Amino acid sequence: MLSSIIWTPLLFGLIGLLVPKRFAAWVAVFGAVITLGLSIGVLAGFDPDGGMQFVTDVNWIPGLGVDYSLGIDGVSIFLVLLTTVAWIPAICFSAIRGTERPALYYLMLLAGETSTLGAFLAQDLLLFVLFFDLMIVPFYFLFGIWGRDRGGEGDPEGSPGNGLVTVQSATLKMIVFTLIGSLLMLVGAIAAAVISADGGTITFSIQTIVARGLPGGSQNWIFWFFAAAFLVKMPAFPLHGWMPDAYRAAPLPALAVFSAVLSKVGAYGFLRVVLPMMPDASDLFQTTILVLAVGSIIYGSAMAFTKTDLRLVLGFSSVAQLGFITAGIFAFNSSGAEGAVLQMVNHGLVVVPAFLIVAMIAERTGSEELGPMGGLAKKAPVFAAIFLIVTMATLAIPASANFIGEFYILNGLFQVDAAWAIIASSGVALAAFYALRMYQLTMHNPLPDGADSRELSLRDALVLIPMVAIVVVLAFCPQLIVHSSEQAVDSSVAVVREVAK
Amino acid sequence: MSFDAPTMDYAGLSPIIALTTGLVVLVLAAVFDRIKRFGPALALLAYAVTAGCLIWQWDADVDLVSGALRLDGLAVVLSLLAVVSAAVAVLLAIGDPSETQAGRSDWLALLTGSLLGMVILTQATSMLTFFVGLELLSIPLYALCGTNLRRRESLESGLKYLIVGSVGSATLLYGLAMIYGASGATGFQEIADGLQAGDGMLTDSLTLVGVGMVAVGLAFKISIAPFHQWTPDVYQGAPTPVTAFMAVATKAAGFAIFIRFFLVALGPLVDQWDVMLAALAALSIVVGNVGALAQTSLKRMLGYSGVAQAGYMLAGIVTATQAGVDALVFYLAAYVAMNVAAFAVVVIRERQSGFSDDISTLRGLGREKPLLAWPLTIAMLALAGLPPTAGFIGKLYLIQALVDDDWTWLAVMIAIGTMISLGYYLRVVAALWMSPAEGDEAVPADGTPSDAAAAAAGIDTASLPPQIAGAQADPFADPQADRRWYLLAPAIIAMAAALFFGIIPQPLVDFAQHAGDALSVWIS
Repeated sequence: MLSSIIWTPLLFGLIGLLVPKRFAAWVAVFGAVITLGLSIGVLAGFDPDGGMQFVTDVNWIPGLGVDYSLGIDGVSIFLVLLTTVAWIPAICFSAIRGTERPALYYLMLLAGETSTLGAFLAQDLLLFVLFFDLMIVPFYFLFGIWGRDRGGEGDPEGSPGNGLVTVQSATLKMIVFTLIGSLLMLVGAIAAAVISADGGTITFSIQTIVARGLPGGSQNWIFWFFAAAFLVKMPAFPLHGWMPDAYRAAPLPALAVFSAVLSKVGAYGFLRVVLPMMPDASDLFQTTILVLAVGSIIYGSAMAFTKTDLRLVLGFSSVAQLGFITAGIFAFNSSGAEGAVLQMVNHGLVVVPAFLIVAMIAERTGSEELGPMGGLAKKAPVFAAIFLIVTMATLAIPASANFIGEFYILNGLFQVDAAWAIIASSGVALAAFYALRMYQLTMHNPLPDGADSRELSLRDALVLIPMVAIVVVLAFCPQLIVHSSEQAVDSSVAVVREVAK
Repeated sequence: MSFDAPTMDYAGLSPIIALTTGLVVLVLAAVFDRIKRFGPALALLAYAVTAGCLIWQWDADVDLVSGALRLDGLAVVLSLLAVVSAAVAVLLAIGDPSETQAGRSDWLALLTGSLLGMVILTQATSMLTFFVGLELLSIPLYALCGTNLRRRESLESGLKYLIVGSVGSATLLYGLAMIYGASGATGFQEIADGLQAGDGMLTDSLTLVGVGMVAVGLAFKISIAPFHQWTPDVYQGAPTPVTAFMAVATKAAGFAIFIRFFLVALGPLVDQWDVMLAALAALSIVVGNVGALAQTSLKRMLGYSGVAQAGYMLAGIVTATQAGVDALVFYLAAYVAMNVAAFAVVVIRERQSGFSDDISTLRGLGREKPLLAWPLTIAMLALAGLPPTAGFIGKLYLIQALVDDDWTWLAVMIAIGTMISLGYYLRVVAALWMSPAEGDEAVPADGTPSDAAAAAAGIDTASLPPQIAGAQADPFADPQADRRWYLLAPAIIAMAAALFFGIIPQPLVDFAQHAGDALSVWIS
């Protein structure tokens, strides 16, 4: 069952290579929808109190002790759903607009979905590392082939104020940054398996390694090898150096899923691997990680407030949001961790429509720069309303699911130390500034020359409205997620709590 | 006085016999113009028979020729890798200027001679066969490097390789002499026994200097830093099919003897040499990867990358465990696949672009000729150790062996080296997929792909030194090279192998473990 979820996207991507070019997009849409159906099927059969479910465990490389082992629990199920949901609008949006070399484009996009789902479902440490590394490869091609140089001469759309970015340097920076982390993680993962085996048979099964336990001294360095990979991926301040260039160069539909889902794999890795496997080290370095997390919140919010490129506003707001999520996880209590899981889903659901809206704004104004635009709401009330909902969710207005997520996180932080909660809550205030500024400068004010206030086309509306509807529904009943995930999430942080006592 | 001739195990010797027969046939064929044309077919037939004999002797574990040779899993596995790379070299050489100018059959005879040296080297268990095998490997290679008679660089590379290679051989020979002095034996097992029996021989400076000199001599052959300086020049200057053969087969044979000599003969000294080899491996990883960053010539880049990759593999020997040997052999097999895919594409592009191997000749290939771009892309991703390729599993295997034996710092070096290597491997991928083709505008609207290639070739030749500028009229230029099955097949099969063993690695793990098992008597 879980295998079919993982491999269906890739299968349809490969089918797309065989059919005539103009059908490739619709094959991809079909594949993504089937994947969503399969994941809903898993949700239907999911038991919130059942622990690890739908387990698959096959010897993959017996010579090395690596298993093809999958499973799903309360932490991963909503991230899997987020992934399968988020890919559909991105693919549909590309299908409506059309792309160059469509077969390859959708193959890469769907390969990205396959590897991301693999990372969320893997229960073997090495399989997790493998999918984690694999994720970056299709996105390297997506950003590199379909992205473009930005900010150069004669590129008004690409925010020349932010300097020139070439696709080649941006993608190289991205892949080098992320792989620095994941290669160290590979060494750390192998070391964890070898050390925990202590001369016995080596296995990479996460559950077995957790059960065997790691000695305190090894935990400390292995912790940082994993943390490096996850913090770069998120990205967290100060490891976000690759993010601005990559975000500016990337094609928007691919960037939407990248920002919505791939960044969550880092946070998920903390919950799935780091906390249960290295509880002593997690406790020891709690303050360090909380400083980084709170630093990300402040820095990300401040940068989002000063940047004028819409992509960078959203990119830095992601840095801040991931800071919240990390802080929630490292509060080591159920409130913080549940808030973190809820917020991972919320942020992912909001970012996808946000990036697609940026693309639509660029189509209407010919620019992604906040300065020269405005007034788009004039003849496009529906478009403006959708953007307003997305904005409100981003700034976590009370009654949105984001508000509840952030509330849980702050509550969790408060239990650690009131100071953390107070500093972090300044991020909530800053979010209101940058999100409202983004909305006002695009939708209100007079319409500049050359810009065209145009209502959503029906097809675009069909792409955006379901996403926004999910955001709204979740605002009314966030308990759907919290209830199903709390048992699994609690067990993750409980390990550390035990140690900390 | 009676003399007992050693008993001949013809089954065990069959690979060597088959290859020698092939060599003799090829030398004779050079005389007859009619047969000469079938040189490549004859060579491939000889290699197929040799490979068949090796597979037939898969489970062999026998001493041959009074213990001068030993046919076991290690020998069979690494000989097979060498034979496969030689077969690829034969295919890639069809229509190559070097092969034609050196008189087809002679060229193939040289190649076969070198291969014979490799097969002997993988089986050598005595200092004599060790040295004979190594020289038989090297001397034909010196000549092969210089076979592109009209290119100054080719002749230069042949001479350079001859001089440096001779220095390496001489150093090695000195080292062997010292070890003989310390142990009083030439057989590997006898050396180990002699060193242990001799009073204080394990820490004697004579022995240790000998060990160091053998390591240096072998490091020259498999281009381990700091003894790698010849590699980029020779790789670039030599005809590309020869470079491909050198890059993979020499490493297979060189590592075979490195494993056998250090783990069997010098096994008792492991505590003395493991740190030394670890330092060499770390240095190779750094020097190779940093050196490759600045290269614009593909062959030079692959040369430096080979230095770094040799460093990764040497780390497998450092552990002196069976897991380390398994990991090394696995990595070597993956390395053969990735390099064959890369070099096959370089050969094709060279013939299409007036024999330039600059990275810029690859620009826009992803759009125009995906069939060429994909093998090179996968090769680069595999060399960089990204999943889902055999390169990733190979690195995983090596790191696991290292961590398991408390060499975590060396494992971290491999990870750091891999990060640096992304800088140059991905430059190739970016050139293939992310930049427009050179001289795109010059292509007429109705231009077929081959016209485009010819146009690109015309532009390239303008920037070349005068002695090659006549490349437009070069009889060996071949705009249709990307449609030749004998060039395309190695690239595509090697790419498929690099991918297949990345997704289903177990068969290759078994293959590698077969080699490691042969040494189970000597190492844990």
